[in-house]
Amino acid sequence: MISIIIDATIRAGTSILYATLGEIIIERSGIINLGIEGLMLIGALAGFYTTYTTESLILGVFAAVLVAGLAGLIHGILCTYFKGNQIVSGLALTMFGVGITAVLGKSMVGQTIVGFKRIEIPVLSKIPIIGNSLFNQDILVYLSIFLVFLISFFLYKTVWGLNLRTVGENPYAADVSGIDTYKYRLAATFVGSGLAGLGGAYLSLAYTPLWIENMTAGRGWIAVALVIFSSWSCKRALFGAYFFGGISAIQLRFQAMGTTISAHILQMLPYIFTIIVLIIATIKIEKGSSSQPESLGLVYDREDRK
Amino acid sequence: MKFKLVKKPPVSGIKSILTTLLSIFIALLISGIFLAFADVNPISAYKDILIESVGSVYGITETLVKTTPLIFCGLGVAVAFRMQLWNIGAEGQLYMGAFGASLVALHLNTDSHFIMISLMFISAVFFGGLWALIPGALKAIYNVNETIVTLLMNYIAILWVDFLIYGAWKDPKGFNFPISAEFTSAARLNEYFDSRLHSGFFLALLCALLVFIIIEKTVWGYEIKVIGSNPKAAMYAGINIKKNIILVMFISGALSAIAGFSELAGVQHRLQHAISPGYGYTAIIIAWLAKRSAFGVVIVSFLMGMLFVGSDSMQIYYQLPVAMVSVFQGLILFSLIVAEFFKEHKIVMVKE
Repeated sequence: MISIIIDATIRAGTSILYATLGEIIIERSGIINLGIEGLMLIGALAGFYTTYTTESLILGVFAAVLVAGLAGLIHGILCTYFKGNQIVSGLALTMFGVGITAVLGKSMVGQTIVGFKRIEIPVLSKIPIIGNSLFNQDILVYLSIFLVFLISFFLYKTVWGLNLRTVGENPYAADVSGIDTYKYRLAATFVGSGLAGLGGAYLSLAYTPLWIENMTAGRGWIAVALVIFSSWSCKRALFGAYFFGGISAIQLRFQAMGTTISAHILQMLPYIFTIIVLIIATIKIEKGSSSQPESLGLVYDREDRK
Repeated sequence: MKFKLVKKPPVSGIKSILTTLLSIFIALLISGIFLAFADVNPISAYKDILIESVGSVYGITETLVKTTPLIFCGLGVAVAFRMQLWNIGAEGQLYMGAFGASLVALHLNTDSHFIMISLMFISAVFFGGLWALIPGALKAIYNVNETIVTLLMNYIAILWVDFLIYGAWKDPKGFNFPISAEFTSAARLNEYFDSRLHSGFFLALLCALLVFIIIEKTVWGYEIKVIGSNPKAAMYAGINIKKNIILVMFISGALSAIAGFSELAGVQHRLQHAISPGYGYTAIIIAWLAKRSAFGVVIVSFLMGMLFVGSDSMQIYYQLPVAMVSVFQGLILFSLIVAEFFKEHKIVMVKE
């Protein structure tokens, strides 16, 4: 029983984890991207369509990252060169993503592919209770955990990561010291959006290997909220994502057990808990040291340089 | 030769409107490419939208029917925008308004049209306002990001309505469909011109006028504007920002909730799953395009109403999902951002 719940928690949390990691990278550069929900859908459809036509899961993953990354670049360009309002541009991206995947994905509804298979890690998967749920997952689960540490390392231990954080904190200072702020922001938006797309593709290639209109069901928004919860740290994002995954897993478990509580009420739980978690995280941030990038959401205009 | 962007004094009046129209035109052009991908001839599709939505008296009344909820939600979002509050939960507030109206319509036993409609209205305003007050209070007291909370609450509101129509409020005579019982005639708004156009439309115009007067002509409206443009100045002027955040969010949610009330009492006459094809999300664009002006909201709502009527016919003629509207809207917003930029910048060529 515990084993099943841990397994379901990880699987339900993985797509959120990718999206949260993606948003952390983007926000670290100073840009808020509210288009995550749309990007996840774009990734989910691009991945599914590619795998459906080429029968290659790897190509599906690449397509998801690339197409979502490019779609995210629209947001990046509008928020840098065109000095657009980041909230409006992000919402536009979500609207566009929801719409275009519904229109172009219509022919994919009801099609089937063979999704990612679980890979059993020898020895470790034989550990009682937790072994099978932790070490018998598909490759995308392992990759997501690896990325948590890789991105953490990148942000805090490399020059590029330091530059990226400087751009998010103080683009004027970054610019003076010769860092190309726009390039960093564009790169961060491309990579982060690609990760959000991969989060979407996890749903359509592994979690439920299907394409369903609007299949992300608000996970993109939960990811945006989890960035605040995790105070822009990748390792805390891991816990946030699995926390959400745990709640959806328990919720589904309840439904499967035939509880008398309405399925609709149970489905509300992830959203309600995300709001509660957001409130707690915000109160903490307001009280003490915040790790929110200083320039988050602000337009950077070189001509205004102080 | 190199191109360079330089700032120029912002364009005004006609030029500004023309730039906006041009950006919408460009958005339609790009949407056309996607239509072509979906095997639809864009030119004939656009022609159909125009003919269906304003090509006949029937079409115009249908467009006004769709315009009605858009005006309410657009006003709601615009009022919040005035204070830089990003209430993007109009969709959920509409659903809570619909819930409030149904609560009265399904449980109050009266033949009096006046009593029934008034109580439905009040109940809708109460629940929708309260729904928006939650993120408002969280914002005012704890500074919790209202964008994300209002958005997440949309999902909860829609699930709440689902919970009712699949459960306690399910119509026993509804052949097991997830719909509530039909409202009695006392709970229905009057219809005019032998069409589906109902009194909710006139109420929407009245609300627009009221919002205009409050925002533009009262001291309180001025206070809100000051908070929105310069919160620090507002604080020094002794304006209570927290109180205003909560109040404005309540009004914002209440306006969107009236959309739920008018949709149910005027058009749908029962609570059901898809009350809104995304009116609440469209309201964000409306408020943005209208530059937060109440008068502008009415005009832009009509244009978006055309889009919804047109998309209905595209669904029938070309089997295109309603979501095509979202594609248009996303692209319109993208090109608007570019348009806004070019209102303040121009491209010049510089010789190297």
